[in-house]
Amino acid sequence: MTLLLNAKELQETLEKLARQIAAAVPGDVPVAVVGIRRRGETLARRLLPLLEKSGLPPVQYGALDITLYRDDLTTIGPSAVVRKTEVDFDVTDTWLVLVDDVLYTGRSVRAALDALADLGRPRAIRLAVLVDRGLRELPIQADFVGLRADTEPHHVVDVKLVETDGVDRVELNDRRDDG
Amino acid sequence: MTAATTDKPVWTHKHLLGLADLTAEEITHVLDTAEGFKEVSTRSVKKVPALRGRVVVTMFFEESTRTRTSFELAAQRLSADVLEFSEKMSSTKKGETLLDTARNIEAMGVDIMILRHPAAGAARHLSEAVRCCVINAGDGQHAHPTQALLDLFTIRERKGRLAGLKVAIVGDITHSRVARSDLRGLQKLGAEVTFVGPPTLVPRAFEALGARVTHDFDSILPEMDVINMLRIQKERISSSVFPSLREYVRLFGMNRERLRRCKPDVLIMHPGPVNRGIELAADVADGPHSSILRQVTNGLAVRMAVLFLCQQAAMNVSGQ
Repeated sequence: MTLLLNAKELQETLEKLARQIAAAVPGDVPVAVVGIRRRGETLARRLLPLLEKSGLPPVQYGALDITLYRDDLTTIGPSAVVRKTEVDFDVTDTWLVLVDDVLYTGRSVRAALDALADLGRPRAIRLAVLVDRGLRELPIQADFVGLRADTEPHHVVDVKLVETDGVDRVELNDRRDDG
Repeated sequence: MTAATTDKPVWTHKHLLGLADLTAEEITHVLDTAEGFKEVSTRSVKKVPALRGRVVVTMFFEESTRTRTSFELAAQRLSADVLEFSEKMSSTKKGETLLDTARNIEAMGVDIMILRHPAAGAARHLSEAVRCCVINAGDGQHAHPTQALLDLFTIRERKGRLAGLKVAIVGDITHSRVARSDLRGLQKLGAEVTFVGPPTLVPRAFEALGARVTHDFDSILPEMDVINMLRIQKERISSSVFPSLREYVRLFGMNRERLRRCKPDVLIMHPGPVNRGIELAADVADGPHSSILRQVTNGLAVRMAVLFLCQQAAMNVSGQ
């Protein structure tokens, strides 16, 4: 196991992301952050006060469940758990920042883009991720990246957050080490 | 990564035949999944691509508009292609058996069959003969699992829980598959069920299934959290098991006067369609305690969840 970020570094990385996002916001549009369930949702929620501290007016917040839009349902099988999508505002004409914990193949983001398209037509969609681990299978790139990590397919990037895992840390694990 | 995954799938059933086959955990998983689907129906684009390219066929050998419509809409909201098989137009009139009909339909490449049939056990019989998923939409007096699931969902939504609740089911229990399925589900999730009606329609034998039985509706009104009024099937009224309609309404009809003696937050349910003025007075059916339309709305979310989960389980089995 390699520690990529400890609690303090994770907080600093989020603050850096918030500053990057705030600097990129065009002045004349309503801003929204939408997290991909579940850890992207938690990260998006944490970004809200940081964005305000960076000088943005209050931004809209939502959470997106992409299970029904995935193209790999067959491989993840029945262990996929459908949760609620909670986007209680009109996304049309917003400057929308999609938030996820790890950017890997790009398939989650593709599914999220499809899901967003069914909710409305944002003016622009930007992508913010805590960790970009490379190895894309689709032509998708993040606009705001907290940490870039060189990984191999047999690696697993585990983002642990207090809200869901009781601790803040990002680990790089090797799948081959599991028994 | 972001898709929530657990090592052991909670749901492994390719068919939904009755709630007797399910554990409390599995029932709760369907209800939780349905929560996620409820939101889809509130969007401007009321569709998700989860069952895109899949074919769902509804095979109804009994009259039903709302259950069939609900299943078809649920399948369409998941982007499945929906085929309606109608008995009237079919070869069953020419003597073809249910299984032959089903195998012929399956040969056209069907993924999910939804069956309503007058014979108890028809869905199980079918599930043993075909490779696709089978969902029971009502078989004789045996079971109507999706109705029970949507009832459970509606109660949980209104009351916040199921465990410890007192639920009365009133009417023709003997002939009701809804009563039987509701009983199974409610018991598994820890609610206490009382069957109410005249002795000819609610025999004491139901006590063996763990339900309380009473023929005195008025005596139990003050303690009930939920009262589910079953539809009186008029074709049975003339039969010897049935008291006169006037007497039935006087003893077992839910009206404003009886509602006054219930808990202030009692939930009045009905599987529909309502005989207004018989089992349910019109002002109660339309009043604030009634969840009749809510049940219909929730039925859609629950059926989407059932279609999704069974299809997932089927893909997992075939993938192994």
